[in-house]
Amino acid sequence: MRSDGRANEELRELIVKAGVFKNAEGSAYVKMGNTVAVAGVYGPRELFPKFLQDAEKVHLKCRYNMAPFSTKDRKRPGQDRRSQEISKVVADALEPAIFTKEFPKVGIDIYIEILQGDAGTRCAGINAASVALADAGIPMRGLVAAVAAGKVDGDYVLDLTYNEEEKTKADVPVAYVPSLKKITLLQMDGDLSTEDVKNVVNIAIKGCEKIHEAQVEALKSKYAVVL
Amino acid sequence: MTILKNEKDLVVPGEVLAEGLDYLPGYGAFREGEKILAKNVGIVAIRERNVGVVALSGRYMPKAGDKVIGEVLDVQMSTWFLDINSPYQASLGIGEASEEYVERGADLSRYFDVGNALYAKIISVSKHKNVQLTMKDIMCKKLRGGKIVDITPSKVPRLIGKAGSMISMIKEKTGCNIVIGQNGRVWIKGENEDLATQAVLMVNEKSHMDGLTNVITEFLDANSTVTTGTKTDYVEGDVNAQ
Repeated sequence: MRSDGRANEELRELIVKAGVFKNAEGSAYVKMGNTVAVAGVYGPRELFPKFLQDAEKVHLKCRYNMAPFSTKDRKRPGQDRRSQEISKVVADALEPAIFTKEFPKVGIDIYIEILQGDAGTRCAGINAASVALADAGIPMRGLVAAVAAGKVDGDYVLDLTYNEEEKTKADVPVAYVPSLKKITLLQMDGDLSTEDVKNVVNIAIKGCEKIHEAQVEALKSKYAVVL
Repeated sequence: MTILKNEKDLVVPGEVLAEGLDYLPGYGAFREGEKILAKNVGIVAIRERNVGVVALSGRYMPKAGDKVIGEVLDVQMSTWFLDINSPYQASLGIGEASEEYVERGADLSRYFDVGNALYAKIISVSKHKNVQLTMKDIMCKKLRGGKIVDITPSKVPRLIGKAGSMISMIKEKTGCNIVIGQNGRVWIKGENEDLATQAVLMVNEKSHMDGLTNVITEFLDANSTVTTGTKTDYVEGDVNAQ
C-alpha cells in the first residue's frame, strides 16, 4: 500500500482534455494527480532566425516552463538550466512520432506550461504536447504517452508523487509510442540494478498504454462534437 | 487482409485502419510493417484499395492545380511574393502574371501592389516547397474590394457542396459575389456581405451536420432583410461564377 492508497501499478487520477485554448492551433490539458500541465502548439509556420531552418525537415521548438506558483517554494520565473534541459528531452521524445520530412524549412512551436508540480512534470508535459500536436493537425505516427516509474521500499511503483520521489532509490521517466511499440524517452535519476530497470520500464510501458487510451478518448470527444 | 474501420469513422494518429498487403495507404495514412495507420485526427475515407484519412484540422499545404487566394507581401524586380495561408510563401513571376511586354526594371507594383488580394493557381510545388503561382487561368484575377474570411482548409469542399450546391445557394440568397480558395480563404463582395459571412462561418462550424444546406437556407431566409437574389450561374467546378 502506498502513501496515497494506490496500488503499486496504479496511475494517479488522470484527466486529459484536447482543444482548451482558442488562439493556439492545437492545445491540451493534462492532470495527473496534483501535477497539472497545459500545452499549446503553433504551426507549422515560418521559422526565424533563418539559420535554424532545415531544408530536409521541420524544426521542433519546445519550451517547457514552470509557473512561479507551481511548487511549494516559489519558482523564480523564467528559463533556467533545468527547464532548458527538459525542453530538449521533451522535443527529442516527440520528434520520432512526427512526420518531420513533410514540412521542410519551417518550424513547429510547442509551449508547455506546468501550472502545478507534484513530480512527473516532464511526463505530463509530453502527454499534453502530443495531444496538442494531434489537435493541431500535424501528421504523426502515433500519440506519445509518458509516465515515470521507480522503486520505493523494495516495490516497483508507477506514477510517483513528490513524496514518493524523495524516498525512491531511482525514478525512471519513460515516453512510449504505443502504435509503434517504441520508447522515445528513457531517463534515470538514481541507481538501479539491471533487473530493476527491466521491471520498472515494463510497468511504465503498461502505464503509458493506459494514458494513451485517455489521450485517444480526449481527442475523439473533442472532434465527435463537430461530427 | 482485413479492413478494421468503416467509412467515416473518427480516428486519431496511430490508429490501425487496415491489416495486410491488400490495401494501400492513401492521404493521411502510412504503412508500418503489415499495418496501415492513420496520420491525422480525421475521418476514414476508403476508395477501393486505398485507405486514407481526411484531416479535420491543420494548416493548408500547397498542391499543384489548387486555386488559392493570396495576399501580396513583397514586390521584387520580376516576382511577387504572396502569403497563401500556408507555412510556405508562394511566388508569382512576371511571365505568369501578364501578357504584356514589361520593360526591364519596370515597377511591378502598378500591376499588383503590397496588400492586394489575388486569386491565383498553383502551377508547381517543389520538393523543398517552392510554390509557383500563375494568373494565366480563366478564373484568376485581382480581387478588388469586398472582404476575406478564413475557414478551415479541410472544410472547403463542404462550403462548395455537391456540384456547388451550397455556395451557389448562398450566392443566390445574398446576392454576393463569392470566391473560394482551396487554402481556406473566402472572398465575399456585395450588399449583404455580413449575412454571407455569417453563412460561410456557419458552414465552417457545423460542417459535418447532416442536411446542412437546408439549415443554411433557413438561416438566410430568416435573416435576409432585402429580397435581392441576382441569379448566379454555376459552371462545373467553378467557384467564381460571375
